[in-house]
Amino acid sequence: MMEKIIFGRYLPSDSVVHQMDPRAKLLFIFAFVGIVFLANNVMTYALIGAFTFLIVFLSKVKLRFLIGGLKPVLLLVLFTFFLHVFFTKEGDILTQFGLLTIYKGGVIKGIFISLRFLLLILVTSLLTLTTPPISVTDGIESLFGPLKKIKVPVHELALMMSISLRFIPTLLDETDKIMKAQRARGADFSSGSISNRVKAIIPLLIPLFVSAFKRAEELAVAMEARGYKGGEGRTKYRILRWSMRDTMAMVFLVVLSAALFILRSY
Amino acid sequence: MDIKLREVEYRYAAGTPFERPAITDVSFHIPSGQYVAIIGHTGSGKSTVLQHLNVLLKPLKGEIEIGSHTIAAGRKEKNLKEIRRRVGIVFQFPEHQLFEETVEKDICFGPMNFGVAENDAKNRALEAVRLVGLPEDVLKKSPFDLSGGQMRRVAIAGVLAMKPDVLVLDEPTAGLDPSGRQDIMNMFTGLQKTNGLTCVLVTHSMEDAARYADKIVIMYKGSVHRIGTPRDIFRDTDSLTSVGLNVPETVRFQQSFEKRLGRPLDKVCLTPEELAAEIGKLRGEIS
Amino acid sequence: MNTIAISIKGVSYQYPEQESIALNNVSLDVYKGEWLAIVGHNGSGKSTLAKMLNGLHYPSEGTVMIGGYALNEENVWAIREKLGMVFQNPDNQFVGTTVQDDVAFGLENNGVEHGVMEERVYASLEKVGMTAFLNQEPHHLSGGQKQRVAIAGVIALRPDIILLDEATSMLDPLGREEVMDTVRELNEKEGLTVISITHDLEEAAKADRVIVLNEGRLYTEGTPQNIFQLDRELLNLGLGVPFAVQMSQLLTDAGLHLSQRHFNEEELVSELWTLNFER
Repeated sequence: MMEKIIFGRYLPSDSVVHQMDPRAKLLFIFAFVGIVFLANNVMTYALIGAFTFLIVFLSKVKLRFLIGGLKPVLLLVLFTFFLHVFFTKEGDILTQFGLLTIYKGGVIKGIFISLRFLLLILVTSLLTLTTPPISVTDGIESLFGPLKKIKVPVHELALMMSISLRFIPTLLDETDKIMKAQRARGADFSSGSISNRVKAIIPLLIPLFVSAFKRAEELAVAMEARGYKGGEGRTKYRILRWSMRDTMAMVFLVVLSAALFILRSY
Repeated sequence: MDIKLREVEYRYAAGTPFERPAITDVSFHIPSGQYVAIIGHTGSGKSTVLQHLNVLLKPLKGEIEIGSHTIAAGRKEKNLKEIRRRVGIVFQFPEHQLFEETVEKDICFGPMNFGVAENDAKNRALEAVRLVGLPEDVLKKSPFDLSGGQMRRVAIAGVLAMKPDVLVLDEPTAGLDPSGRQDIMNMFTGLQKTNGLTCVLVTHSMEDAARYADKIVIMYKGSVHRIGTPRDIFRDTDSLTSVGLNVPETVRFQQSFEKRLGRPLDKVCLTPEELAAEIGKLRGEIS
Repeated sequence: MNTIAISIKGVSYQYPEQESIALNNVSLDVYKGEWLAIVGHNGSGKSTLAKMLNGLHYPSEGTVMIGGYALNEENVWAIREKLGMVFQNPDNQFVGTTVQDDVAFGLENNGVEHGVMEERVYASLEKVGMTAFLNQEPHHLSGGQKQRVAIAGVIALRPDIILLDEATSMLDPLGREEVMDTVRELNEKEGLTVISITHDLEEAAKADRVIVLNEGRLYTEGTPQNIFQLDRELLNLGLGVPFAVQMSQLLTDAGLHLSQRHFNEEELVSELWTLNFER
């Protein structure tokens, strides 16, 4: 099950997108979230859709794999779609069953909103698929660096993030092991009433907490032994390099926004 | 209860770009009442095989016969609980699965999941605690207040209290001190000999495999490399080293002694005790 | 010749809220360039001693001198540069998201310049034979590989002493061998002083000198050869004996002649032959 989720996973490759500065990619995503909302008609959606697929192409991530990975969120997208279909009362009436009336406007809105949702998920998955988590963290630390001046513990937050990222696979592994051990003792995590299922989680959660605390304690000791005494006076091993292609991406983004802005009034 | 694996295949993350084969074409037989050791390196597929023995993993190809149940690829099996009660698994570092407030409750967890009444389960907990060599007063303590070695024993007691017919052990003594290691291994052999329990030991230790097993299965790169009795397996040491496994210390010692002697001893000795006796006998014959 | 690297004098330590004393008036020296094994049963005080040598505990009584510094809160960071530590659990000391990041962690903490850092990361990984794994994430490494990365992280800081706190106890036989070979090479080629804290006497047999701790006290010290003459006494201390020693015992019990307890198999076979079978 967990193996099929692609959100948050990194797929190594040497594509242009992989080689971009994480800061450029982060800025891009922030901007994209805004730009997607500029789309309001067939033309604009087509443009932004085409643009998204261009990035997918450049990233060399297999489309089939991306779409397969979207399956878990598809349910959510469908739910949004039907929500709009059932509750938007605009345009001509398409059909009617009993109390339910479906309008043309609702269907169009449903399609647009679901599309917007899908594009956002696609682009953000692409960020994590093409950027090692640690680079994302570095990018965030660097972009938010100025906040240190107003006493935001940017270094500590970034370190926390990178350690969490480091331990996610370890803890997933551990969850899997404990789950198997309890299933071997007859625990059932997947059937029965809701209250029974909640109860069934206790034998999983407690060992997981106990071990996570133990790990945290040992890690703290190991970090101290290796000379960690906070962000002060620390140098950085990873250095981010902004290149021409990152500037190009930014320029491209501006052009796209402008195009969308013009096309949206057609 | 017999367990038979027939051409079992399993792949991790099947159907994703992260897919990788785990085991292919694994066939062997675990006869009722026997002590079977599965040996091989980390990554040889040992633990994947182990998880098939009580259907924590289902084969993608082939089938497994567990008593009267047959688990085959693509078929739903309804009696998983029954199988899991009868095949108990002690995982590596089993103390990580403890979660209850008291040792007693933790040991009762397994039996009660399988429908044993609370009073019966408590009796079983008492019995299991004695079996693993812990004092009775430990029952009312929190498992988290115990030492690492004691926690290990509690976790093992939790599996024994299910009264399984087959006991699967994954490196049950890893990280224990030498005397504790021996106690626990001897307890398992005792259960196998007196109660007719079937034991499956997954281990890195050639010494344990040599000492305890009736039958050895060597796994290598996801497939079965060899199957045989310990004396068969350890007679052919080249076959062991060819898959990167160590020769048991006793056998290695016997070989360097035989080199001096110029001829092999009557049999391949599996324990230092056996070898010392054999060499002692030889000295008696010569003088 | 025998320069003192660490000197421990009359050290005692008691954990807060615990009745028993973890370390009781322990005195010992560690010499430069040697491989010292400190063995003992769980609760013998060996882990407390290990933590103390890295300034994770301070002695309640007595003094510890490491590389010319007295152990106290003031000198602790200087001491941590002199003495690097590898812990038991390979996962819980791996801080970086990749191999190279992890090796760099200690260098970053010490404010080492970027160019120097890159060189040292690579050179250290070369010494432990892990350069092929530069960008590998920890969950794709074996336990032995993770411990080798931990060792690289330690030697990147160029310490004089490396302290292994049960560093091989969670590894499979192959991983154990991998780590021990790496440490031996560093000891022999780089002259790194090695202190290995272990309950595995097989591992201790490879040291230059062994110290046995029991119930917080120094029980005995000597070469592995001396220590293994203690024979069954070691079992009573909760320590397993190496195979050859056990075999020596059993052979003597079976009526064969041996001059001593061997811990080297070849020597044992050789003596077994000459004293009993050769004519």
